[in-house]
Amino acid sequence: MSTRRPEHRLPEDELELVSQQEQEAKQQYRHHVYVCVGAACLSAGSADVQARLEAEVAGRSIAGGCAVHGGGCRGLCVAGPTVTIEPDNVLYGQIKPDDVADILDNLGGQPVERLHRPTDKPFFMRQQRIVLELAGKVNSERIEDYLANGGYTSLIKALHEMTPAQVINEISRSGLRGRGGAGFPTGLKWRTVAKAEGDVKYVVCNGDEGDPGAFMDRSVMDDYPFRLLEGITIAAYAVGAQQGFIYIRAEYPLSVKRVQNAIRQARKMNLIGDQVVGTSFNFDLKVRVGAGAFVCGEETALLASIEGQRGQPRPRPPYPATSGLWGHPTLINNVETFANVPAIIRNGAAWFAGIGTEQSKGTKVFALTGKIAHSGLIEVPMGITLREIIYDIGGGIPNGKRFKAAQTGGPSGGCIPESHLDISVDYEALAEIGSIMGSGGMIIMDEDTCMVDVAKYFMKFCMEESCGKCIPCRVGTAQIYHLLEKITQGAATMADLELLEELCDVVKHTSLCGLGQAAPNPVVSTLRFFRDEYIAHIVDGHCPTGICPLQTPQNAIEES
Amino acid sequence: MSGVVTLKINGQDIGAHDEESILQAALDNGIEIPTLCDLPGLSRIGACRLCLVEIAGNSNLVPACITPVQEDMVVTTDSERLQAYRRTIVELLFAEGNHVCSVCVSNGACELQDLAETLGIDHLRLPGLHPAREVDASHERFILDHNRCVLCTRCVRVCDEVEGAHTWDVTARGIESQIIADLNVAWGDSESCTGCNKCVQVCPTGALVDKGRSVGEMRRRREFLPYLTMMRKENGK
Amino acid sequence: MTRAKLATVWLDGCSGCHMSFLDIDERLLALAESIELVYSPLVDNKVFPDDVDVTLVEGSVSNQDDLDKIRHIRQRTRLLVSLGDCAVMGNVPALRNTIGGDAVLRRVYLAPDLTNPAIPTAGVPSLLPEVLPVHRVVKVDVFIPGCPPSAEVIFYAVGELLAGRQPDLTDKTRFGA
Repeated sequence: MSTRRPEHRLPEDELELVSQQEQEAKQQYRHHVYVCVGAACLSAGSADVQARLEAEVAGRSIAGGCAVHGGGCRGLCVAGPTVTIEPDNVLYGQIKPDDVADILDNLGGQPVERLHRPTDKPFFMRQQRIVLELAGKVNSERIEDYLANGGYTSLIKALHEMTPAQVINEISRSGLRGRGGAGFPTGLKWRTVAKAEGDVKYVVCNGDEGDPGAFMDRSVMDDYPFRLLEGITIAAYAVGAQQGFIYIRAEYPLSVKRVQNAIRQARKMNLIGDQVVGTSFNFDLKVRVGAGAFVCGEETALLASIEGQRGQPRPRPPYPATSGLWGHPTLINNVETFANVPAIIRNGAAWFAGIGTEQSKGTKVFALTGKIAHSGLIEVPMGITLREIIYDIGGGIPNGKRFKAAQTGGPSGGCIPESHLDISVDYEALAEIGSIMGSGGMIIMDEDTCMVDVAKYFMKFCMEESCGKCIPCRVGTAQIYHLLEKITQGAATMADLELLEELCDVVKHTSLCGLGQAAPNPVVSTLRFFRDEYIAHIVDGHCPTGICPLQTPQNAIEES
Repeated sequence: MSGVVTLKINGQDIGAHDEESILQAALDNGIEIPTLCDLPGLSRIGACRLCLVEIAGNSNLVPACITPVQEDMVVTTDSERLQAYRRTIVELLFAEGNHVCSVCVSNGACELQDLAETLGIDHLRLPGLHPAREVDASHERFILDHNRCVLCTRCVRVCDEVEGAHTWDVTARGIESQIIADLNVAWGDSESCTGCNKCVQVCPTGALVDKGRSVGEMRRRREFLPYLTMMRKENGK
Repeated sequence: MTRAKLATVWLDGCSGCHMSFLDIDERLLALAESIELVYSPLVDNKVFPDDVDVTLVEGSVSNQDDLDKIRHIRQRTRLLVSLGDCAVMGNVPALRNTIGGDAVLRRVYLAPDLTNPAIPTAGVPSLLPEVLPVHRVVKVDVFIPGCPPSAEVIFYAVGELLAGRQPDLTDKTRFGA
């Protein structure tokens, strides 16, 4: 427990007061309209919707009163911009400014049929929300709203009722594992940092979400950054860190803005800073913006980038837990990992451990994209089957097409074919079939997708994002890419396929960091399940889906 | 205080100081492990992956240059698998740049050429990428030929760590990575370069060479490096 | 005793490998006892025979003529040997790969100071888009790197091949020398 300072009024009571005032203020309005201001809905025009709502509400009298808020990602990005009416829990989708009048006319009554998105559907019912529990229900830019919804009670509980060791024990017993993709036990990592020698320690949050099609962490940072701050602060208390950094990719300007705003507000409330909520615990937090390199999602490269060095990985050991930022012990976790922490502290390790599978506990947030009816952001319990995700939550494959494969883990991951649709979505099962949990990107592909083309797409990504430090990744990915190009052009031979497999093996086993080691995965995985498609390109000179523009072979070696 | 550990390398019993790297322990006992980015006297970065070795009980290959020896470690440095990986890595390098040994001033004194020979590489299975790269001959005494650069970053490190100038660094990423002077100026225009030529002496290939040399005439002097490093350490104490 | 049929062929190279071959000097006489030189820039025969035992290829595959020739030869040769760096890895001819064949032609034949700038087309084979080592076009059985490989190495390698053995060139030759 952290030592308390004698105060005339306890800081946690002050926070309670803020929370109460916020609740009372909200009760003055019968209706609360939340306009999703996540990046997806913003790009679909939600800012205009919000502006019209505010203008209309100001211009008419609504029985009981109505307040308009920005904030409220319900995850159904395909229906953006979305609007949620609370406390009636009515969700509207694909709202245009001209729909606003209808929505306001029907407040408290029957939902407007043509705009209504019932929330008793599997998309919502089959999800289980822990990380995103408050997403869609709190204002993204007001810490008061977060407090009014029970925010920061976990931090206060940790600081006042638990020792750092108890916090770590709780996280360990919960079974939480790193949500960045590798699934390292979070409690074990925290304990290593806590035990590491040194007075100066750091906590770093990895918000450099770079996988194509992945936007789980962005959503947390955009929609309710306070939750992330609370998790990080609890972690800092547990491991004994005084300073934290949130590393956010530059391509997420909204996240940067919202997190910075959250930090300012948290500091004002003394939820970070000196003597956090009146205890002897000091902790401050800064945002570091990335410079556009995918590799900076790799922890040692990320740390180098924070230090102002070229963002390149270095060999481990030593691990950041013992020698991280400027050589000091550093805890580095992903956004989603931290966002789980407040719920675990609040509800207890046993509760969390009760969700999921034997070895994969809790939930996982996925960005469901591609050829799927309900693309968007979902959170599901570990152990759910892929079939449930795709057909129940995702609403199946649009246009009557047939499912072909799901890609998880982005450029470091692999493909899951139809024959494995009933796979349990957990760390072990996914690894067993050559894919990975990854950070949460899930791209659904239908029968029109050429798997060689998919492999080529990811290899191009890896080639362009290789940092260039080690030879196998720098040059190997380029050679693999050129071989894949040759295959999709119809100019390759079976000897090329052999060479392709050999190069994948070399890059996997000799690259310096995890990105290089995992770079061949999309190729290896598609070769494992869709080898016939490679053969069709090479031997028959034919792309089964017609995606690849095959040419007549030139300069092919004459076997003799 | 350092202790002594015993380990096995390629079946041979070896004693080593516990702060030594596997590479050092192997070299001290006459066991050769190929290296490229490593150079005694410079920091070790484990980037070229040529010194990867197998350790019993560890499913991952580890770079011998930065992995410390441990008591009872069982190391293999020359398995068929490792040699095959090394051949591919060197092939990758040859295919990456424009390494035309026959018209190189470093012909006969090149570590890349030597690696190909000792690893038994007699042709390249991989297609050459033939990038269009520049030759920077703007310096009055030296030439930087990007066609022959293997990005070992010895020049970057010697300039930063030994000369203290930090003229060299790397720009861009992946296959586009390139050594640059200062903030990407012509070498001759660099304000930080002291002209000490340490980079030229540590370059393993024909990328950094003296101006005015013809094919096969380039020779390097590196004896200064360990002594300089040692003297600096002594001064620092 | 039937003598082995040996051929040598000169694609895109400087003929240095052939010179090195001739540098075998008086041992050529001994070699002549066991071989019959059936096709070579060094002899008059204009037609590549049908059943050659060993063909030494100097030079890279740079134009359509080289490509046609080496494919023709491969079909009529038991053992094909890439002799020297041009055949083995492209070497100097492949320097043009960084800029492409068209740029080379323009630079040479359309330079502004020429009296009759024109890219020749009649009677000359067209350049391939990329200069290739021989094994990128046909299967190669033995590689002898070097620029050129020494007479010693060539003599040794040919001797081994005639004796039915794969020559071990470790420590005998390398890229560039």
